[in-house]
Formats: sequence, structure tokens, C-alpha cells
Amino acid sequence: MAAGDDLKLIGAWPSPFVTRVKLAPSFKGLSFENVEEDISNKSELLLSSNPVHKKVPVLLHHGKPICESVVIVQYIDAWADPGTGPSLLSSDPHERAVARFWAAYIDDKLVASWMQSFRGKTEEEKSEGTKQMFAAVETLEGALRECSKGEGYFGGESVGLVDVSLGSLLSWLKATEMMSGAKIFDPVKTPLLAAWVERFGELDGAKTALPDVDRVVEFAKMRQAQAAAAAAASEN
Amino acid sequence: MDHQQEKVQLFGMWASPYVYKVKWALSIKGVEYEYVEEDLWNKSRQLLKHNPVHKKVPVLVYNGKPVAESDVIVQFIDDVWKGHGGRILPEEPHERAMARFWARFVPDKLSPPIWKWFTTAGGEEQDAAHDAAMEQLRVLEEELAHGGNEFFAGDSVGLVDLSLGALAYVIPMYEEIIGERLVIEERFPSLYAWMGRFLAAPPVKDHLPPMEELKLRFRAIREYFVKNA
Repeated sequence: MAAGDDLKLIGAWPSPFVTRVKLAPSFKGLSFENVEEDISNKSELLLSSNPVHKKVPVLLHHGKPICESVVIVQYIDAWADPGTGPSLLSSDPHERAVARFWAAYIDDKLVASWMQSFRGKTEEEKSEGTKQMFAAVETLEGALRECSKGEGYFGGESVGLVDVSLGSLLSWLKATEMMSGAKIFDPVKTPLLAAWVERFGELDGAKTALPDVDRVVEFAKMRQAQAAAAAAASEN
Repeated sequence: MDHQQEKVQLFGMWASPYVYKVKWALSIKGVEYEYVEEDLWNKSRQLLKHNPVHKKVPVLVYNGKPVAESDVIVQFIDDVWKGHGGRILPEEPHERAMARFWARFVPDKLSPPIWKWFTTAGGEEQDAAHDAAMEQLRVLEEELAHGGNEFFAGDSVGLVDLSLGALAYVIPMYEEIIGERLVIEERFPSLYAWMGRFLAAPPVKDHLPPMEELKLRFRAIREYFVKNA
């Protein structure tokens, strides 16, 4: 990457949306400055760069902020030099539309239901979240079959937008598997996805960007303990 | 290849703002298409085949290939009919990123409190939703005023305008039904002016839903929510 390209990522290591943004430059061979944010004590830089949502990730390119992980990933893809690697989006309009559709599905259906299974206020809410999460995973198995056209990734021969969108969740999904004992990407029920998980995890870009699963498990347990303590305190 | 020769079908429903978003995008590009009205209580086999995942409208079918989700469809239209009509997304990557960001603002931040305000019986909860909606409108007002353009990204209807678009006729309807103002000209001068401009814009003005019928529909919706509170 040329010096002075000035890419700064304001993020927080546990956030899968931040990981998503880290994956994009990783796969395009771009380097960036990582600014780790303390979410409980947000910096002036974050608040002024993302006044609307006050959330991470925020990408600063030559000081100009870009927010929302899927927007950022497409920005990096559009702006980066074609020499840095294949585009994350196909040049064919219909294939691009299909990729955007599945990227939206991952956030609207998979992430939402997974968060509900974790953060639901009642056991019923949590188990409903889990049920919907498994349904979403099954749908994604079909998506992978359709999009990969026999190759290894949603993007075909190489990693694409959907691979990055789903791949960013891997550490958290693996942590969930470890904590619950249930396999989310079952090699019998969702063989293509199970193989994809292994394949994606082996990529250098993924190894660099994805947080360590044990660290995520520790973080998740701490968060659950905090939530339980807060709930107990409010009952007294 | 002349894209005008390819068959274009739009599956929709007369009251859906997402369907209108797509109609306006097609209008910007001057695309001719066949419109198929769906009865959402009795969805056609074609719709279920073209959108098996969500089973919703709008769905655009281009040359036999379906595209679902209105934001995805609009960007698809901009891609396919690149040389035709106006640009829906800006050319420059950073401006494009900004357009995508603000387009998400509407469903993520603005629509929820407006819907809450509309479907809540009068009282504290409704007042809170009204205030929350005003707060988000203020953010949008600032963004529009700051740009200083006729529309969000320039002097023609673009992605953000399309995203916000239906609210230009929905908000006044809600105001009439509830009997309370939301977008007051003095408080939101840029937004107020934008609403009039949007409804009069060439790609929009001849492609609006039947207003009286829509109003009746909204009245019934509000009644339902208030009764079942």
C-alpha cells in the first residue's frame, strides 16, 4: 500500500462488525492503523466521526469518516487499487445484487437471531432466537450452493462480500458453539457451510483479522455475568 | 445490447412504500416494465418462486432473474441501466458510501419512532415516540441543510431521496389521522421544502399510490393498534 493512504479504523476487538471491516483490507493487502476504542468510555474521535450512531466501526480515510460495516467494506472494495486483489463484488449486476441480498440477510436474520439467543430477556426469547438462528444457517447453506457455483466461496473462486459478512461472525459463532455445546455449522446438516468455515478460517486474511475464540469466550462469559448481576440487582 | 429490449417485471402491492421506491428508480432510468399486483394474502406461485427466502414484494425480475429487497433492487437498476437517465448512486466512492449510510438511516433510525408514534394511542408513550421521531428528523434536517442541494446528494432524485421518499406523503397522512403535526415548516424548513420538491419531481409525480385509499388503509391500521393496545 502506498504511504500516505492514511487508513484508520476505529474499532473494538470483540465487535464482529469491526472484524468485518478488518477482513476487507486484509484480503486486499491494505494496511491500516487500528484505534482500539473503550466502548464504555467513547472517545471524542469516535463521537465526532460517527455522531449519528456513536458506534464502531468507523473507517477514517484521509480523515473522512465512513460508518456502517457493509458500507465500509464496499467503500474499501471500490476505492482500493485493482492490483491489490480481486474485487469483493462481481462485475455482473445480478451477481452483485445477489451478494448484497445475502449480506443483508446475514445481518437482518442471522445476526439478529443469534443476538436474541444470547441477550434474550427470557428463556423463551432466547430459545426462539436459537431456533431462528438455525433456520437462517440452513437457508445460508442453500445460498452457498447457489452462489459458489461449485467453487469454494460465496464469491465463487475467491472471497466476496458475503464471505466477509459471514466470516466476520466466525469467532463469535465458534464461541457460542463452545459455550452451548451445540454445533451451529453441522457437517451433516450443512456440509457446504461446515467445509466453508474450515476453508475460510485457514485464509491468512482471516487469521489476521478474526479475534481468538478463547478470548471471545472469556469476554462473552464476563458479559453474561455482568448481565446476570444487573438483573439480580434490579430484582432486589 | 439494448437493455430496453430485455423483459422487466415488477411484482408489487399498491400500498407498499418499498414497491414505490423501485417504481421511482425505474422511472428515473426510463425503463419500461410489466407490473404485477400481488394479493399478499394469496401470494402467486411466481412470487414465491422468485423470492422464496422472504416471500415479499417488491421483486424485480430482469431477463428471468429475480432481485429482491428494495435497496438491493435500486442499486441493481442503477448498475444495469448505467448510461440511462439520472445517476441514482453518486460516482465517487466516498459520496457513494455517504449515500448508502444515509439510505440506511431511514429504516434503522427514522421509521421506527414514526411508526411507533402512529400506532400508539395518545398519551405518554405516544409523546415519547413523537419526541424520538423529532430528534431523528432534526438529524436529517441538518444533513439536508448542510448539503445545500435540492435533493440529498445533488439536484436530482438519488438513493437517499428514494429511501426517504414515501415519508413525503406518509407523514402528512399520519399527521391528519392523528391530528398532530410532525414536520412543521418552521422547525424543519429544509425537510418540508424537500417533501414538496420530491412529490413534484418528474420520476415521482406520476407514480404515486392512490392517496384516498391509502389514507383509509392507514386509518384502519391505527384503529386496530389503538384498540388492541
